[in-house]
Amino acid sequence: MIWSKHSISSPSRTDARLAGWLSVAAGLAAAVLVLIVLFLLHESWPVLKRIGWLRFFTDAAWHPSEGLFGLAPMLWATLASSAGALVLAGGLGVASALFCRFYAPPSAARPYRRMVALLAGIPSVVFGLWGLTVLVPLIARWQPPGASLLAGILILTLMILPTVALTADAALAAVPKAYLHGAAALGISRSGTILRVVLPAARSGIIAGLLLAAGRALGETMAVLMVAGNVVQTPHSLFDPVRTLTANIALEMAYATGEHRAGLFVSGLVLTGMIILLAVAALRFGGARSHV
Amino acid sequence: MFEAGRFAMVRGRVLEPLMTLAVWGSALLVAGAFLWLVGDLLWHGAERLSWAFLSSSPLNAGRTGGIGPILVSTLLILGVAVAAAVPLGLATAVLLTEFLRPRSRFGRLVGLSLDVLAGVPSIVFGLFGNAFFSVFLGLGFSILSGGLTLACMVLPILIRTAEASLRAVPDDWRLGSAALGLSRTAALRHILLPAASSGLVAGLLLGIGRAMAETAALIFTSGYVDRMPSSLLDSGRALSVHIYDLSMNVAGGDGNAYASALVLIGLLILINGTALYLAEHWLNRRIIAP
Repeated sequence: MIWSKHSISSPSRTDARLAGWLSVAAGLAAAVLVLIVLFLLHESWPVLKRIGWLRFFTDAAWHPSEGLFGLAPMLWATLASSAGALVLAGGLGVASALFCRFYAPPSAARPYRRMVALLAGIPSVVFGLWGLTVLVPLIARWQPPGASLLAGILILTLMILPTVALTADAALAAVPKAYLHGAAALGISRSGTILRVVLPAARSGIIAGLLLAAGRALGETMAVLMVAGNVVQTPHSLFDPVRTLTANIALEMAYATGEHRAGLFVSGLVLTGMIILLAVAALRFGGARSHV
Repeated sequence: MFEAGRFAMVRGRVLEPLMTLAVWGSALLVAGAFLWLVGDLLWHGAERLSWAFLSSSPLNAGRTGGIGPILVSTLLILGVAVAAAVPLGLATAVLLTEFLRPRSRFGRLVGLSLDVLAGVPSIVFGLFGNAFFSVFLGLGFSILSGGLTLACMVLPILIRTAEASLRAVPDDWRLGSAALGLSRTAALRHILLPAASSGLVAGLLLGIGRAMAETAALIFTSGYVDRMPSSLLDSGRALSVHIYDLSMNVAGGDGNAYASALVLIGLLILINGTALYLAEHWLNRRIIAP
């Protein structure tokens, strides 16, 4: 009989030791998220304990030095810019994916995909720079001051479009070929096939991508900060300058102290809460694969 | 019934060209915006690019001069992030793929925590890094705090890509090494990790690209100082923070901001392109003599 110390029926001691170390590392990696939430709570605790959660949503304005902590105007700005960008990027992104799969000649589809991938790699600060020097003056010529909710929406659209386009492309690719052959055999037109067969079959993947993109839009800081004007107010038109939650943190962290600083950590908590909700929703949709 | 059929035909005749128009229009719009952006960057930035720009120090708050110290700080921040994130990420990925059963509770918990972590906005990483590394651990505004903050941020990408490339190694190889009496540790070192290496490197490059593009997480952790750093505890300005500062806070800094943006994008395309190449070609050449 061949006797080996390293057999699968009796795992070696080295393996056990390695597994121990690896578990420690994995525990640390998982602990990062816990640590982040704990520190956000810890830093925001002083102000939460004194005035509670509700005042952050009911106070009339954001003047932390005078004890007013209303996040509502910035929350609206965040929601408005993200929703606008999501609508535009949703349409353009899904159309881009359809273009690659069904409309473009093969010689155009490949470079187009490359281009979308490149667009996905452009850093937010570069989008911000371009928006600030090109887009904002352009809007200003039409409706001064230019730095506005609209500029924020347009830049965000460009930023999250690749996310929508790439996930929609993957979802379209996963539609079984038999569906397409079936539609062709029934003599359904191209637009009919896309609207009635392909899009419904790819629905869950596309929605998961949209939720991912929504998360990116809500959390984006630099690009919006650079083009949206940064006035704390509830937006009433597309041309109002606005300040989002993320931009507020980036702008005020530099000099905030005491309760003001704690208030910024509360807005960080609010943001993280929204993102976690979206992530859970995205996982639901990504997980539930159905073809109907 | 005849009526309905004719209606469908008319609708088809209108719908078909309308769809084609909308799809082509959207595609052209996206391509146009992309070309506009890239063309604008090249137009404004290319004339300033030179070896002197890459190597000299910024003068007059960055309006003139180069980005030498900023490139050094950027590389140091990335170095710290990689040094901290790679061992942790690789170990977690190996545990998830090679040691845990696929649906184990611990594995699912780690996976969920990583998925959420991947969605946390970068500014929140900045808040955390400031509170934890800069204040709680007393590292202050330094390259070290910035690098460690980025390490936390890229951890999910590193782990997920490493997991994917390890899972892509065929199970036969694991069975084969077990049949030969190799311990799992030895199998990992001599067979599985080398076989997955180009996928691992591709994931690492993607993580570096993500870290390099980051601005918001660095403003309150590694800071603004644009001098040449002399240690990891010095504050150092990353390239992306430099672009932000020049365009927002320095009047007349646009020219150098564009040139810096061009350098940043050039580096990113290089890194992401290499990652893409490795990821596409690694399946063809994964048998590597140890």
